[in-house]
Amino acid sequence: MTRKKTLSVIGKPLRKVDAMAKCAGETVYADDLNLPRMIYAKLLRSPHPHARVLGVNAARALTLDGVCAVITGQDLPEKFGIMPSTEDEEALAVDKVRYAGDPVAAVAAISESLAEQALGYIDVEYEVLKPILSIEEALASTEESQRIHTWNRRANVQKAVSLEFGDIEGGFARSDHIFEGTFFYQGNTHLPMEQYCAVGFYGPDDKLTLWSSTQTPHYLHRALAKVLKLPASRIRVIATPVGGGFGGKSDPFSHEICAAKLSMITRRPVKFTLSREECFYVHRGRHPVKMWAKTGVKSDGTIQAMQYKTFLDGGGYSSYGLASVYYTGALQTVTYKVPAYKFEGVRVFTNKPPCGPKRGHGTPQPRFAEEIQMDEIAEKLGIDPLDLRLKQLVEANSVTINGLQISSCGLRECIEKVAERAEWKKKFRKLPFGHGIGFAASAYITGAGLPIYRNDMPHSGVQIKLDRSGGVTVFCGSTDIGQGSDSILVYAIAEEFGIDPVDIRVVTADTDLTPVDLGSYSSRVTIMTGNAAIQACGKLKLMLLEAASEALEVPADDLEFAEGQVRSASLPQRGIGFAECVVKAEGKHGTLGATGSYWPPKNPREFKGSGVGPTPAYTFSTAIVELHCDGETGEIKIDKVWIAHDCGRAFNPLLVEGQTEGSVYMALGEALMEEQIFRKNGLHKIPSILEYKSPTTLETPEIETILVETIDPEGPYGAKEAGQGPLLPVVPAVSNAVYDAIGVRIHEVPITPDKILRALEGRLKAVSIPKFDFPAPLKWQPGQGVQVEQKS
Amino acid sequence: MKQLLRLRVNGETREVAFETSKTLLEVLREDLGLNGTKHGCELGECGTCAVLVNGEPVLSCLMLGVEAENAEIVTVEGMTQNGKPHRLQKAFADLGAAQCGYCIPGILLTAKALLDENPHPTREEIRQALSGNLCRCTGYTKILQAVELAAKEIA
Ligand code: FES
Ligand code: FES
Repeated sequence: MTRKKTLSVIGKPLRKVDAMAKCAGETVYADDLNLPRMIYAKLLRSPHPHARVLGVNAARALTLDGVCAVITGQDLPEKFGIMPSTEDEEALAVDKVRYAGDPVAAVAAISESLAEQALGYIDVEYEVLKPILSIEEALASTEESQRIHTWNRRANVQKAVSLEFGDIEGGFARSDHIFEGTFFYQGNTHLPMEQYCAVGFYGPDDKLTLWSSTQTPHYLHRALAKVLKLPASRIRVIATPVGGGFGGKSDPFSHEICAAKLSMITRRPVKFTLSREECFYVHRGRHPVKMWAKTGVKSDGTIQAMQYKTFLDGGGYSSYGLASVYYTGALQTVTYKVPAYKFEGVRVFTNKPPCGPKRGHGTPQPRFAEEIQMDEIAEKLGIDPLDLRLKQLVEANSVTINGLQISSCGLRECIEKVAERAEWKKKFRKLPFGHGIGFAASAYITGAGLPIYRNDMPHSGVQIKLDRSGGVTVFCGSTDIGQGSDSILVYAIAEEFGIDPVDIRVVTADTDLTPVDLGSYSSRVTIMTGNAAIQACGKLKLMLLEAASEALEVPADDLEFAEGQVRSASLPQRGIGFAECVVKAEGKHGTLGATGSYWPPKNPREFKGSGVGPTPAYTFSTAIVELHCDGETGEIKIDKVWIAHDCGRAFNPLLVEGQTEGSVYMALGEALMEEQIFRKNGLHKIPSILEYKSPTTLETPEIETILVETIDPEGPYGAKEAGQGPLLPVVPAVSNAVYDAIGVRIHEVPITPDKILRALEGRLKAVSIPKFDFPAPLKWQPGQGVQVEQKS
Repeated sequence: MKQLLRLRVNGETREVAFETSKTLLEVLREDLGLNGTKHGCELGECGTCAVLVNGEPVLSCLMLGVEAENAEIVTVEGMTQNGKPHRLQKAFADLGAAQCGYCIPGILLTAKALLDENPHPTREEIRQALSGNLCRCTGYTKILQAVELAAKEIA
């Protein structure tokens, strides 16, 4: 089949398909849904971080006029959780609460205020237990009686992993210098502007519909079927346009399940809108992680061995924790050549809101450590930090020591370009005291290689219907969370058919109507839905070409789809309009529709833990941060951030830049101010937007984005991810810039004025690392993932 | 107790009965069906719910509906006039300044108030004007650029 040489849609700075609706206030988010007879629900949340629930009595609440239903843990005893092997959540606590804010009952009433009021009439008897509020406490609480959960093997250890690749001891022995350091990355939360919201309706046809502000309607669909004990075929999940997710709306949540259950009881639509305070408790955000990092280098700076220990504060439930812990060790090897690598990680349970995936999922923390350590190595060896990296970059078409297959790689170009734009050589170590510049690099995945639950089905499905009018409708389970996934589908199809994007309608994120796409997480959507859409177009194009070839008497291999026509490539005046071609093809083949599917490439190097890290394509990012740091007050003012990102191909440069800028912004919030912190009684210290500081227009600096295109062979038109990777280098670059400015190393985020001052006074203590016996490592041959030795 | 009030919204007079304790945000969304106005905190902390009251940006979650009687209220729905989007709306769409879009109605109205008063603001003035409107998606870059683009079109 012919393919046009020049692209007419891909790579153009087009409007998003939903742009005008969003700017007109017409987009219908979950809380904008108002259904006839709708009632409103609220969750009663535990005030205690750790307690046994001895009894819940809702009788008094039910007597209130206007209260329609109350449910408790007994109504929904089935456990669920996003990862099938660690399903440890209950929609409403059955016998135990594990963080302050853990839901114990739900009320539906004719108004939200009445539901809220009714919560006060539910009597709960708690037996308060001692809470565990830190990693150290969790690891020290090894007694059976101190357990938060009972299912896990070691008390309060959700998961401990240990992996070793290559000759780690030999690597360190060969090293001329060994660098060791400890680091702490504080937890923080997504803070999407849209509060969580869900509407459930169990209809007279005995079918359930749940609208929710979710990033993962398919996984929610499965969780609802399991917990409600309804056949999945009778459940429809519709993800409404999400008002910001960043990973925070990727778990199945209590309010979603309870909206459904309360509707099953009342047979009325039930709406939950969580308050902002509740959103801080629902959380599932960045894990607080303590880290120990060790790197051995030759005197020229080449890395001989690298070793990490990570300690994740998981909060009260598993959530994505199994993946999170592996992610704190998976991608350190994907920027520089590392010939030997060892990683040990542990995620503990604590009585705090559960942590989960936030933009970068488990990788910003170790990247923070790695890039600061690289800066320290460069400093000690007297090498420019960029040169230190440039001499040992990973290469395209190579395999890392831990078996990760790199396809395209634009890291070198990212380093060179960002340095040039920021005038690195002119500034580094040359700026006056209090003014500094710092660099860091990183790598990220374009979609997880494996689904959350093991299965052989595609990760993304697309269905396309052609209409006699020339209109095209695409159906896909993908979920637009603002990143523009609806638009990506349209751009790909418009390009393939040579038509105007306006002639394409998108139907997405509706489990009744759309083929499964696994969801908007792990930066998987463009590559997976894009490829599935192109495949579906390919099938339809065969039929269209046959019809056009007949009508035009032009051989099919001379035909092209361009400018709304199917026409001869050699004699472009010979063509028919796309709509006419559809009519002819429908006359010939019958109703025109096709599906496309996408599976990521199979990982040939399978070992325990190898499920986390592989991806169809890695992206690479580099950042340079220039800042002022006041030695008197400790205040940091970011002057500018330059960010270079290897996005494969900029599908729409506006959207890629937007993702990159948003990532930089979010990184700066994490680097400088954002933190989830808790009181001794387990309550959130700052559960409001006023107190939980995040950057406004005043703190967000100018961001200069440089897009590097490497045209990845696996990406649709060569595209890779853009939504998460660019966050990673910014945080360590801030710390490195602080060192350049005032000569102190800060190994912790957020880098607050208080820490700066303590560091300047020599009072900032090194991060303490807990004691823990990790399991014996599983050892693997370099790059192959072949097990050489295994102790249990 | 409900009270019957006359509100001027987007150039139309609307009679509506609502609880006097309701915020303007609630009246707009629940009683007038103007869902374009969003909320992110309902405590006056995020700027998402901003609307114009007599041309000034006001946090509708902090103002009672009854306080808005006799005032000229403009919501995002009122920015489109005679079927034509406001130049700010076009500029935001053209530059990809709306990602999830949830903060955008409040930001558009705040920016409109700025441009109405100061048609050619500097970037610093735009930053100041929008400093009460949080956006978690964009890093503000494209938002600032879009306001500048819209300002350019003002003669
Ligand atoms: S909703 Fe946040 S300020 Fe009004
Ligand atoms: S566009 Fe999502 S919060 Fe601003």
